[in-house]
Amino acid sequence: MISFEMPEKIEHAVVLAETIAENMMRPVSRQFDENEHEIPWDYIEFMHTSLKAMGGGGLTPSGEKKKKEGPRISFQRMAFQTEVLSWGDVGMWLCTPGGGLGAAAVNAAGTDEQKARFLARHRGEKPVFDAFALTEPHAGSAMPAEVRTTAVKDGEEWVLNGEKIFVTAGNKALVDSEGFVVIWATIDLEAGRAGVRPFVVEAGTPGCKVTKLEHKLGIRASDTVSIILEDCRIPSENILGSPEVVKKKDKKGFKGAMATFDATRPVVAASALGIARATLEKLKELLAERGVEIRYGLPRSRMTNIEREIVDMEVMLRSAWLLTLKAMWQMDEKKPNTLAASMSKVRAGDVVVKITQRAIELLGPLGYTREFLLEKWFRDAKINDLYEGTGQINRLIVARQILGYTRHELS
Amino acid sequence: MYSFEPTEEQRMLIDAVHRYAEKDLQPAARDAEEENALPANLIEKGWELGVLQASIPEAYGGFGEHSTVTGVLAAEEMAWGDLAASLAVMAPAAFVLPILFGGTEAQKETWIPPVIEAEWKPFVAAFIEPDFDFTPMEMRTLANKGKTGYSLNGVKAYVPYADQAQAFLVFANLEHKTEAFILPADTKGITVGEREKLLGVQALPLFRLALDDVLVPLEARVGGEEGADMSRSIASAQVTVAAMAVGMSRAALEYTIPYAKEREVWGKPIAQKQSIAFMLAEMAIEIEAIRMQVWEAAWKLDHDKEDAAKSAYLGLTGASDMAMRVTDCAVQVLGGHGYIREHPVELWMRNGRGIPVFAGLAMV
Repeated sequence: MISFEMPEKIEHAVVLAETIAENMMRPVSRQFDENEHEIPWDYIEFMHTSLKAMGGGGLTPSGEKKKKEGPRISFQRMAFQTEVLSWGDVGMWLCTPGGGLGAAAVNAAGTDEQKARFLARHRGEKPVFDAFALTEPHAGSAMPAEVRTTAVKDGEEWVLNGEKIFVTAGNKALVDSEGFVVIWATIDLEAGRAGVRPFVVEAGTPGCKVTKLEHKLGIRASDTVSIILEDCRIPSENILGSPEVVKKKDKKGFKGAMATFDATRPVVAASALGIARATLEKLKELLAERGVEIRYGLPRSRMTNIEREIVDMEVMLRSAWLLTLKAMWQMDEKKPNTLAASMSKVRAGDVVVKITQRAIELLGPLGYTREFLLEKWFRDAKINDLYEGTGQINRLIVARQILGYTRHELS
Repeated sequence: MYSFEPTEEQRMLIDAVHRYAEKDLQPAARDAEEENALPANLIEKGWELGVLQASIPEAYGGFGEHSTVTGVLAAEEMAWGDLAASLAVMAPAAFVLPILFGGTEAQKETWIPPVIEAEWKPFVAAFIEPDFDFTPMEMRTLANKGKTGYSLNGVKAYVPYADQAQAFLVFANLEHKTEAFILPADTKGITVGEREKLLGVQALPLFRLALDDVLVPLEARVGGEEGADMSRSIASAQVTVAAMAVGMSRAALEYTIPYAKEREVWGKPIAQKQSIAFMLAEMAIEIEAIRMQVWEAAWKLDHDKEDAAKSAYLGLTGASDMAMRVTDCAVQVLGGHGYIREHPVELWMRNGRGIPVFAGLAMV
């Protein structure tokens, strides 16, 4: 039955997230933006403690099978938490310990044994991070077909060589904590994307080095790094998916790994919409302080320009959010959600960029000043149209899905 | 909990409406548009699907409970077939539902069964007014209270089947509030004007209605002496048209996709060009996003949520823009062929521009 009633469990999670966002994130949002690469340990320690109290493992729902009463809601809950924490500060949200993109990949493609082995660290004493390394210097959106990082079997080990860039939280995963990075490498350069597999490289592994911390437009509280692998040896059981060199047409190992994106794209969408909501709320607040009233229910011919802008923003925001929620509901229901995941990512990326740009324009000098966070949100917003697949790549995915095309037919 | 899945019963209704839309409405749409007329049996067949009847309690001749969610699902599916015919089939709902929502017991008993228990008959609403800045909450048609009744003055526009209407539900401004009045068609002072000549939905007969010192008894006011707040009905009217916009836009996308896969340029289907493929992707995303928004607004109306009226308004705002963009893109993908009346896309584009105007013609 079609329903938009928020379950009580999500309601509680939202209230908690709101408290954190208001009290732990907003007051220091500017500080961590202006001091890039400073780590928000207070937030991290607090999140670690409270996530541990709730069973650990971070915000990402674990793939571990637990029978519970009632409908499954863990992905939907994560969408709400992500939205609220990103409303607080998206850079800090990216510093949430435990269960990041690396854990999502382990959950999507790992065996139960691997899940237990790699994810247990998130329930320990200290906060631990994980990361996900796909992009290489020569290719971003063309990944993983053009992975050049290699994995060669040598006895009971894989030997990795190559360079990864744009690894979110890579420094926290490898340097600041005993975490891990999921490295995408090929076991057969000739096999194209069919040979590509995710490998888990743990902190402290010799031959795996963080070489560069990027300086970015936004999300400055979050580190983005380059990683070089030089004869980096990892145990043979650190491969996620089948170690067999597969035939060209067999895409199983690859597909399992790509399933990660079905879960992470709506998360990025939710995060984007948290920024968008923060912006819209601040815009309305500043307008209200100056006596500008927003009337609803009027035809466009009777609206002021500002009213029209705000009404349009509310439509964009709400419709994008519901699309995101639907993609997450499909995750919970174990329904195919590749289409909805990419749809939500495209729409949310567009919406957050538009809303943050328009808000600054509408507020003039008040929008442009660093006295408020609006200019920061404008900078933070753009990453959502880039990471986890640019708006263009996700448009391609949507187009292939609705046209019934393969990537050979439409690229 | 959240769920985006219709019930089994709703699924069956959607399927039935879809069959009607596909087998009856779509094939008839072009001729109906060109001939400025809808075949009576076409409307009757849609009426017999029982979308409205199923949302009226047994006490008033129906066989179910009112559900806006079910209504928008049906409206979307029907408009996938043809917008003009859908507005015609659902026109009596705009007469009946405001009475169901806010009428006195006597009004419900008197006015609902004759509509519900019979074949399709033009019991219609006179809602829209001929002003560029028409606003449902600030109507210019005035109702004034006298000792024995009300007098109504003003001009209504886009009144469906006014020339053969059995009765009108006239929306008017009574002391700065929008209220509704039930008027038998032969009430003195009502003049049915010229048929409207419009950009689209030309199959649907719509008329001007002049009200000159129309005197109605006290019991003609929906809700009796207290009257009734019409915001619920206005919101229903908005989500109905928004849902129809979604259905029509879906049809436009579904027509465009196979065309783009067949039509070649430089030896390759145009669908394999990113400029076209991206347009199609954006159409699909827009439709799905607004569709969810319309569903949510309908659900909020069913659950009397505080912000339901605002959601309905935002839903229609979003649907208006979406329908215009999607139908415009559909014409664009077909290129010059899209401009030719052999293809339906130009009709959808003309109908698409009307979405912000049509609220009030039909209701679910």
